[in-house]
This record gives sequence, structure tokens and C-alpha cells, in this order.
Amino acid sequence: MPETPAVVPRSGIARFFNSMQLPVGDPFTLAGLIIYGFFFVMAVFAPLIAPYDPIEILYTSDYDLASDLFPGERGHILGTTSLGRDIFSQIVWGARSALLVGLTAAFMVAFIGSVVGLLAGYFGGWVDAVLMRLADIAFGIPFLPFVIVISAFFEPSIWNTVIAMALVLWRDTGRVIRSQVLSLRSRGYVEAARVSGSSDLKIILRHITPNILPLSFLYGSIAIGWAILTEASISFLGFGDPDAISWGFMLQDAFASQALARQAYHWFIPPGLAIILVVSAGFFISRGYEDLLFPKLGR
Amino acid sequence: MSTLKPILIRTLQLVLVLWAVVTILFLMFRLMPGNPLAAYIDPTFTAEQQEALIRQFGLDKSLLQQYFTYLINLLQGELGYSFRYRTPVADRIWLLLPNTLILTFSSLIVAYAFGIFAGAFLAWKRGSRTEAAALPVVLATRAMPEFWLGMVLLAIFSFSLGWFPAGGTRSAGTHYESLWQLYTSANFLSHLALPMLTLAIYSQGLPLLLMRSNMLDVMNEDFVTMARIKGLSPYAVVIRHGARNAMLPVMTSFAISVGYQLQGNVVVETVFSWPGLGRELVSAVSAADYPLAQGAFLMIAVVVIIMNLVADLLYTLLDPRISYA
Repeated sequence: MPETPAVVPRSGIARFFNSMQLPVGDPFTLAGLIIYGFFFVMAVFAPLIAPYDPIEILYTSDYDLASDLFPGERGHILGTTSLGRDIFSQIVWGARSALLVGLTAAFMVAFIGSVVGLLAGYFGGWVDAVLMRLADIAFGIPFLPFVIVISAFFEPSIWNTVIAMALVLWRDTGRVIRSQVLSLRSRGYVEAARVSGSSDLKIILRHITPNILPLSFLYGSIAIGWAILTEASISFLGFGDPDAISWGFMLQDAFASQALARQAYHWFIPPGLAIILVVSAGFFISRGYEDLLFPKLGR
Repeated sequence: MSTLKPILIRTLQLVLVLWAVVTILFLMFRLMPGNPLAAYIDPTFTAEQQEALIRQFGLDKSLLQQYFTYLINLLQGELGYSFRYRTPVADRIWLLLPNTLILTFSSLIVAYAFGIFAGAFLAWKRGSRTEAAALPVVLATRAMPEFWLGMVLLAIFSFSLGWFPAGGTRSAGTHYESLWQLYTSANFLSHLALPMLTLAIYSQGLPLLLMRSNMLDVMNEDFVTMARIKGLSPYAVVIRHGARNAMLPVMTSFAISVGYQLQGNVVVETVFSWPGLGRELVSAVSAADYPLAQGAFLMIAVVVIIMNLVADLLYTLLDPRISYA
């Protein structure tokens, strides 16, 4: 915990960030945040950074297809794909899909998990019993196969993949938040609020929720990684959104175009490295968080 | 008695979860958009023929009736007929299950053997440069897409160096008298090597990190201090008193890993054209072969659910402090 809350920020956003208690002093967390910042800038300014349209089929000046170029050839930083598309531009645009999938899935997982945990932990009884049996069921569903089937049956779109992931992944967050709420519920200040006549809603929102936000954020940051990895697998298997350029799509394209046999490492190594960087960033941040929330583990 | 009751409760919960997953599976495949027989019905079929097929598959009955037929069939081990192969789904699944299990268990055994040793070693090297360099690498292996790792290994060891075959379980045209002969042949093992290595590299992170943090905990316990004071050699302290006790929770996680691995298999089997349940699920979904997809999904779910139970029970048995009271 930070020793002294020196300045209490006034504005809503600043207060929100403060309540998340980002452990910026931890080197792992800092590294994670810097990586996120890097890809965030890349995603936001993708049209400015990318030299080409990622799905435009390019031709050379003498009207030949600019396909299978090696890095540096004709000014293509990472070369081109078999269809004559610029690989570097695809990497840059892929950051958009990755962050979009990662952040929305993480938000949904953290939100559903927190609500379930709060309700189950605070009200107990049959609410708890029903919600925790639902969590048991979610633990029994094989995650990737479930997302594959949902993504394949409905319109292939990023949102179906994200929703399918959120439908299963809330389970871990829900269980952890529930046990945290169980211990918070019997704290003195919560008792005091109850005795002074605060409503259940007010106690949950004012006195309990602020204390579980860091935990929600921890599980959210882990979910970012899971979501990006899963979306990559879905795209690789060919069930992804055909309109979105994602790193998983690039890998599928490379695999299907025999890039492995032709040793076109410049084509399939960069998307993999980009995924590793973003997903590790989530792990690094969650590690810093664990040290902060559970000091015993941080040795 | 006291150990029997939690086992009973857990087993009942397992049945409940199994029933729920089976029901979700039914709804998923029955309520999806489109005609479930689209892949089966040839465009040249007459309307009467189509009607007959719909009746034959029981699709003219109400959803509830279909649901009960489905449950009763499942209880009898009846998984229906594959649209593509026109053979019972169960036969197909039993044919592929051994391949998936061999891949899963061989990779996990390698991953756990390595992870336990490396984790204990890193705990011993705590605070050193080795540790500082190794930890981010381990975290990065957890952040890799498994199929990408498979692609890289394939490109290097198969296409560039030519040391290993690029896919399948054996060379074309080879024949073996028995399954046992096949599974122990050099041909099969060389096909197994790369997918096994891919999954092992991906899975070693969990046992490694668990072992490391458990070792750090255990080495501070009184009985380890006691062993040190008794003047036992550092080897005896670290291995006999430390590692042995730190290993128990790691072994419990093996069951959970089997469940996770089966899901990861889906992509890795696809990369290496390994004829297993995961690859079959993907190709069945793509080809709209719904009975087969349903069967493969169910088989994976059953293993995941049973492994969750095994992990739970092992946890209770190994650590008497945990109870389900």
C-alpha cells in the first residue's frame, strides 16, 4: 500500500486511477505500462504510422504484384505478404484489433466478475449458492472450444469472440471478489454504516466496491492477455473477423501461404513477438499488483 | 467418514456441472442460426427426401422432446452419426482420443519434470542474475501463442534443418501390426517430437513458477531450519526436506494442466496436422459436421470437469488444513 495518500485527487478520472492503486514503483509494472503505452500510441496513430493500407494489394512501378518481398526490398520495412500487402502496416494496424479485443474483454470480465462477486459475497444465501454454481459450470466449459463454436456459428466478428470469452472468463474474478467481499462485510466500518441505516446499495457502492477495485483491475489485466491470445487462436483457426487485420489473422495468412516452408521468417515472427510483448505487459502489471495486494507472495 | 463426505458432495456437484454443460451444448447446437442439416442435405434431394431426413433425425419434434432424446442417447453412449464420415461419432472419437492423450501427457510430463527442477533451482538462486534473467523469459513463454511457437519450431527444425517431419503421426505408406508397435516406433516418435516440445515449452511455466514460490515458502519453515541446525548437508536440506514438500501442490496442479492442455491442443494439433480431438473439433465445426463437433466438444469437457474434480480432491487429501465443512 502507498504509505501516505499525500494528495487526494479531485477529478473523477484521477480519483479512479488513484483507487486502482497502480504500483508504478515496481519495475515489472513500469515495464508493462511502458509497453502498453507504446502499443496504445501505435493503435491510435495507426493511419499516420503505417506507410500503406494494410489490406491494399500493392504493385511495383512496372505493374507487377509486389508479393513476397523481403525486408528492405523496395522500401518495405518488413517485406510484403504473398498477396502483396505491406507486413509492417499490418503489424501497426493489428495493434488496434489487439487493444480493442483486450480492453473490451478485460472490461467485461472485470465488470461481470465484480458484480457477481459483490452480489454473492454481500447477500449470501441463495444468491450466493446460485451464482457460485454458475461459476462451477463456467469452470466446466472448455474455454477455447467454446469460443470457437460461438465464433463459428454466429457472424464472424470481433464482438462475438469477445462476448464468448466474457461468458466464461468472469468465473475466476467472481470467485476471488466474492471471498474478498465476505471478509469486508464484517469489518467495523461496514457494520457501522449498516447500523446508521445505510441501504444495501449504498453500502455496496460506497464502502465495499472501492476496496475491491484493485482486485478487479488485477484480474482485468490478466484477462487482457488471455483475450488477445484467444482472439489470435480464433483468427488463426479461420473463425476470426474477416474485416479486421489482427496479428492472429496475419499468422493464419502466413501459415496458409506456406511462409514456413519458404522460410519467410520476417512474415510470421513479428506478429508473434507483438503478441508476446502485449500479453507479457499484462502479466507484468498483474505481478506488480500481486506484490501489492498479497505482500507475502512478493518475495 | 470425514474424508468420504466431501468426496461425495464434490461428485454430486460434478454430476450437476456435467448436466449443465451437456444442456448448454445442446442449446448451442440447436439454437444456432441456419439449418443443422445443411451440410448433410444435398441440393439435389427432393423435398420429400429432405422431409424424410428431418424426421429421421427427429428435427420435426419439439425442442423439449429433442432434448430428452439427446439426454437418453448420451446416457447410452450414443453420440449420433458424423455427417461427413457417415460413421458413428463415438467410433471416430475413440480412434482419435489416444493421439490426443499421448500428446497431452507426454508434453505435460516433460514440462513438469523440467519445471520442478528449474523452479527449485531458481528458488535456490534467489536474488541472483540468473534469476533476474530467467523470470521474464518464463513469463514470456506463458505469453506466447502456442500455435506461433509451433510454427517457429516447424520452420526451424522441419523446414530449415529437416530433422523432423512436418506433420501427421507417421510417414505415408507405413504400416504397423498393432497400435503398440506404432506408438513405440521411431517413425511415430519423430512425428510426436515437435508438437510435444511446443506444448511442453508452453506448459513448463506453471509448474516452474509454482515450484519456485513454494520452495521459497518451505525453506522458511521451522522443519527446514531444524534440518539445517542438525547439520544436514545443503543437498539433503534442499532436496529431501525442501523440494519434497514444495512439490505436493505442484503435483496437484498437474490435473488442472491436463484440462488446460486439452484446450491448447486444439491449435497445436491444427498446426502439426496431428489427428487428435482438437483438430477434429476445428475441422468438424468448419465443415458444419455438427454431431461430430458436439461429440468432440463433449469429450473435451468431460475430461476438463473430471480433472477439476481430481485436482480438488488431491488438494483436500494432501493438505488436511483445507476442508469443505
